[in-house]
This record gives sequence, C-alpha cells and structure tokens, in this order.
Amino acid sequence: MVKRILSVLICALVLLFIYAPILLLVVYSFTESHVIGRWEGFSFELYAQLFRDAEIMQILFNTVWLALAAAGLSTILGTAGAIGIFYSRRRVAKPLQAMSQIPVINAEIVTAISLALLFSMLFLYRTYFSLIVGHMVLCTPFVVLSVLPKLKQMDSNTYEAALDLGASPSQALFRVVIPQIFSGIVSGFMLSITLSLDDYIVTAFTKPPMFDTISTYVYNAVKNGTNSSTPALRALSALIFIVMIAVLLIVNLRARKGAKERRA
Amino acid sequence: MDQLRKEEKIIEIVNVSKVFDETTAVENVSFYVRKGEFITFLGPSGCGKTTTLRMIAGFDIPTSGKILLNGKDITDLPPNKRPVNTVFQRYALFPHYNIYDNIAFGLKLKKVPVTYMNDKGEMYTKMQKLTRREIDEKVKNALAVVDLEGFEKRSVSTLSGGQQQRVAIARAIVNEPEILLLDEPLGALDLKMRKEMQIELKEMHRRLGITFIYVTHDQEEALTMSDTIVVMKDGCIQQIGTPTDIYNEPANAFVADFIGDSNILNGTMVDKLTVRFCNRNFACVDDFDKNEKVDVVVRPEDIEMCPPEQGMLVGRVIGVVFKGVHYEITAMVGRSEVVIQSTQSRKAGEIIGMNIAPDSIHIMKKDLLSNVYDGYITKRNTVCFGDGEFECDVTTLYPGSHLDEEGYLITADGQKLDLTDTDVTVEVGLTDIEISDNAEEGGARGHIVSLIYKGDHYQYIVRTEENEEDFVFDSEDLWNENDYVSVKIRPENIKLRLKAGENR
Repeated sequence: MVKRILSVLICALVLLFIYAPILLLVVYSFTESHVIGRWEGFSFELYAQLFRDAEIMQILFNTVWLALAAAGLSTILGTAGAIGIFYSRRRVAKPLQAMSQIPVINAEIVTAISLALLFSMLFLYRTYFSLIVGHMVLCTPFVVLSVLPKLKQMDSNTYEAALDLGASPSQALFRVVIPQIFSGIVSGFMLSITLSLDDYIVTAFTKPPMFDTISTYVYNAVKNGTNSSTPALRALSALIFIVMIAVLLIVNLRARKGAKERRA
Repeated sequence: MDQLRKEEKIIEIVNVSKVFDETTAVENVSFYVRKGEFITFLGPSGCGKTTTLRMIAGFDIPTSGKILLNGKDITDLPPNKRPVNTVFQRYALFPHYNIYDNIAFGLKLKKVPVTYMNDKGEMYTKMQKLTRREIDEKVKNALAVVDLEGFEKRSVSTLSGGQQQRVAIARAIVNEPEILLLDEPLGALDLKMRKEMQIELKEMHRRLGITFIYVTHDQEEALTMSDTIVVMKDGCIQQIGTPTDIYNEPANAFVADFIGDSNILNGTMVDKLTVRFCNRNFACVDDFDKNEKVDVVVRPEDIEMCPPEQGMLVGRVIGVVFKGVHYEITAMVGRSEVVIQSTQSRKAGEIIGMNIAPDSIHIMKKDLLSNVYDGYITKRNTVCFGDGEFECDVTTLYPGSHLDEEGYLITADGQKLDLTDTDVTVEVGLTDIEISDNAEEGGARGHIVSLIYKGDHYQYIVRTEENEEDFVFDSEDLWNENDYVSVKIRPENIKLRLKAGENR
C-alpha cells in the first residue's frame, strides 16, 4: 500500500516538475502584468492584444506557411528517397540509408553554419529559397525514417503483382505502394511540421533579413533578459501549447482506433 | 485438329542464363511449352525454378538468351505488357482493397478494342476501358470459378490462407491470360487443403484451357498435376518429360532420387543387355557398353517377394514399416540395402527371395567417376584446390624426383626446381575423401548439399562457401544435409598432374 502511494507520488512529482514552467506560463497568460510573478487580476487582455497585433499575426502566418511548405516538400522528397532506398540492391541501400540519417545525429548548429556557407557561395544566402531548403534538410531524414519501416512491412510482391496485372510502374506506385505506406507518410509529414514550427537555429542562419518566425521573434524579444516588451507572447505560447496538446491527442486517439480496427 | 493446335509452342526459352551478383541462378536453359499444357518446374530450393518463372513473367531480365512468346521475342518486354499473369507464393493480395477491388484491379486498367459503326456505315475500332457492368460480370464469374461467391465486399485480412489463395487465382485468371504462372501456390497450405486445391487447379486448367506453368519442390504435386515436368538442379535442366517418363526412366541418379522412392545401386554392364549388381547378373532393357560402371535404379514397388529358393536375390528383412496402403520392407542383400513396397507383410529377420523383371531395371550412366580440380603448389609443398589446402606428395609430379632439405625438388636428372605457384590438375577418387565434424582437421570446409542413398553407401556432395567448389564422395556413414564438415584426403590419394604448357 505504502509502495503504491509512493510510486504514484513520485510519478506526480516528476510530471509536476516537467510541466510546472508551462503551467506557470499558461496561468500568467491570463493576467495583464508585464513580468511573470505579479498577479494583476484575471483578464483576457493579453489574448486580445495578441490578435490585435498585426506584426505577431504576420509572424504566425509566416511560421505556419513555412512549416507547411517545408513539410510538404520534405514529405515528397523523403518518401521518394525511402522508396528508392528500399528498392535498391542491398550493397547500395545500406550506405544510402546510413547517409540519409547523418543530419539527424549531426549537431544542428553545424548543419546551420554549413548551409549558411553554402548559400553565401551560391549568392542565395538569406533568401526564401535558403530558408525552405534549410528546413527540408532538417525534416527529410525523419520522413525517410518513418516511411522505411512501412515499406519493410509491406509484402514486396504486391508491387510486382500490380505490374503483372497490367499496371505501369507509376500506376503500381500510386495505387499499390503509396496506399500501403500512407500512414508512414502522414506521420513523417506531422513530424516535419513540428520540427519546422519550433526550429530556431537553422531558421536564424538562413532566413531573409526582414522575415521572422515565432522562434526567431520570441528569441529577439526576450534576448535582453526580460519579456516585458511583449507580454502578449505569453498568450501566444499558451495557445501553441494547447494546440500541440490537441494535435497529440488526436493523433494518439486515431492510432488507437486504427489498432482496434486491425484487431477486429 | 485439336491435337495439331496442342503442338503449337506458346513459350520458347532459348539458351537463357541469369546471373545475380556472380552467382548463377539459371545456366543455359532451353525448352518450350506447348499451348494449353500444364508444365511444372520441379527441383529443390535454389535450383533456379522460380527465377525461370520470374523471367517468363518479366520480373527478371535474362543475362543472356531469348524468350519467345508465340514466336515473338519478349525478352525485354516489361511485365505489364505481357499476356501472362502470376499467382504468387504468398498471394501478394493488396491489403488496402477489398476482394472485389483486388480482382478488378487488372480489369480496370485494361483497354480493349471495341468496334463501332459510324453514320456512313463504316466500321471502326477504338481502344476503350471496360464498362462497370462488364467488370462486375467478370469478377462475379472469376469468384464463381474459385468458389467464393458473395465475398466481394470482404476485406483481405478476414480471409483464411486457402481463401486468400483462391482470391489470388481469381485475380490472375480474370484477365484471361494466355499463360498462368503459379509460383509454389500451395506451399503455405496444410496437407488436406493442398490435396483439394491440387485437384481443383487441375480441373480449372481443364476448364479454362489456358497454359499453366507451375513451380514446386513437391514431387508428388508435380506427378499428380502435370502434363510435362521439367526437373531442375543447380540452375540446369536435368530432365524434361511426362510424369511417367520421369518416374520410369529417370535420366540420372539425382532425378531418380528426387522423384519417388528408389533403390539406386552400383552396377557394371557384363554383357549386351545384362547388368551385374548385388553379385548377380540381371537381364535388362537398356543398352550400355560392356564393362561400363553404371547406376541401377529399381523402384521399391517393382521388386516382387517370393520364397527364398525361387528368388533371383536372397536377403534378410531388417525393417518393416506400415504405410497405410502398403508395407515398406527393408532387406539386406549382401552389403546392400534394398527397399521393397508390397501389400504383403514380412517379419524382421525373415529370409526372403526377390525377383525383378527386366523392364523394371533402369540403368543410368554414372554422373561422375572422380573429382577434378585446378590447383597450385604452395611454398610449403602442399597443394591448394577446392578452397582448401592439402598435404600432398609433390615428387609424383616428376618421376624419380626427390625433395632436398630446403624443400626444393630435385628431378631425376639432377635439376633443382622451386615448385611454388606451379599450376596443377588435381584428381581425387570418389572413395578417397573422408569428412569430419572437426573443422580444423581437414584441408577444406563446407556444407553437405546433397546426399543420395545407393544401396550400400551414400553419395555426398560437400560444397565450400567461398567459391562453391564441390567434393563428391561415397561413404557408408550417415551425415545430414547442411552439416558443416571438413574434408580430409590422404596425401597418397591426391593425384597431381602438371598442367599442359606448365611443364618447364
């Protein structure tokens, strides 16, 4: 009995420790105070400010637009890459797969600096092109990583069966292979979105000068050690947190439903 | 007329080879398939039968050689352009479609010529897709053929193995292919289901009238279903013939051993149409040169038991096994073991006589009388061949020579020779090889890839891993297939010959 109480207690403490900062942020997003720690009565003022602030709205739009574009392109590239790796001979596939995963383990700052160097050589430094390519470098390996296992689960004869029944290679790909690996493609896309949304380092090194995403904007706003200049950011952060939780819940619930259907 | 049509060659394979990363899967294979025939490729796993099928389907392109369909070269035609459909070993159904969509997959892609008449009364044809109703009709018929009426809306995962197999067959035949390829389609089913499906497939073949090309490693399946059997081993065709031909007149010991049960005994031709084995002369119907060493095949059911005094052979029963329809009786005749199948039983220890009719004795040329390798002499005066290194007597290369203390060879006329890297031909007799469990003991190591029982001994093939060199030998000891063993050869049994042109 004591053991059980203890284990629950420890669990609760760990969770509290992890979520306390975020909780604090959410709580203080409902007061007008300029600094966290002083409670000046409950209000939605910060949320109102947030949606009135044209600059923040623009930045929010930038971030989402960038995430969707980079994730979309990475998903196409990563899926094509995974299919290519899967159907290569083993001698080629192994090194290819290992190489495609180097950006995952490479320190992000190194990736960012290399990208900056490359693009300044190509006279494309700090353009939308460098920004999107930078985010794709970040996301594509994760798409490959989530699509490959789905390909391996697939009965590889189904592609040949489609050809055998008269499908051209592209018809076989779109009617037989893609549908079977679709869940992997979707999770690769979702993963890419979350990666792109909160990326700071690569964005900072590749973005056009007058362009900001939430990460770079927040970083610049709090660089001086206070967040007094824009308390509305508290509301923004709280909103992002809630949206993320909602997305996570939906994804998990869908996965559970899918598993149940397979069992039935 | 029907007979004439049957003689048409639908598929012709001409000198086809297929090499995957240096291993040869199919080696210079040639044969043809007649229209409407049920032909089976039979052989142990890795014999190249599936690769041959995949080349006909178009999944693999031959490294060399040609494939002709109705006389036209289709060697490089992609699979989707061939009038051929395949039933895969593990079904390969599309899990994201229901049964209807699986079967309709090929129909929805298909375009057929349709003839119209325009206003002026001229006929013209247009390629167009099948209509929804036509597809419905064909899917329904295909499901009826495989006895799965009403399964249209079911999903693949709700079907049993046997039902999935039927869907795979329906999906292939609905396209009305000229040839249906079946790659071990019954391999994943249990015995009873397999027997039922064998009969159903044969019946389907009769009803549809299309050519079936079937791949299996199950000799009974091949004998039951086929019009023609192609026996393959190590990428080469061993024999092509009707099931009766293959059973009664096997071309070599491998075929005899692979198809059905058989007694394979060592024999010698002692006279015209007379063969000697088990210390007795037998009349036979196969003609070979006098004194030629031969393999003699006698099927167990062709040996008749009789009282000892009336038998051509006399032996002692050492084992009796009841097999349902018959008894399998093992008898020792001299040093040879003979297996007999009979509806009568005998007791172990009993002395029995045996008679064999001349046309029940099948005589085959011996495959191999000795092993021959290319080798070279090392610094230590040993010889390297067959992926191994063996002690040998190098002085046999030069008559009257001897070795000095430093290991140089002194010839009879006093010449001093360094034999290092000299290329030699090595010959080792079939009875001169021993094998051992201890990998360190012998000169070369490998797995046992084949064993054939020959009455009083087994013939083994040990194949090395590196260059796939074969050691063929006879032994009385029993080993298992896939055992990893080392090969021992006594130095005096290694016969060395200098290679022509190397004689310095």
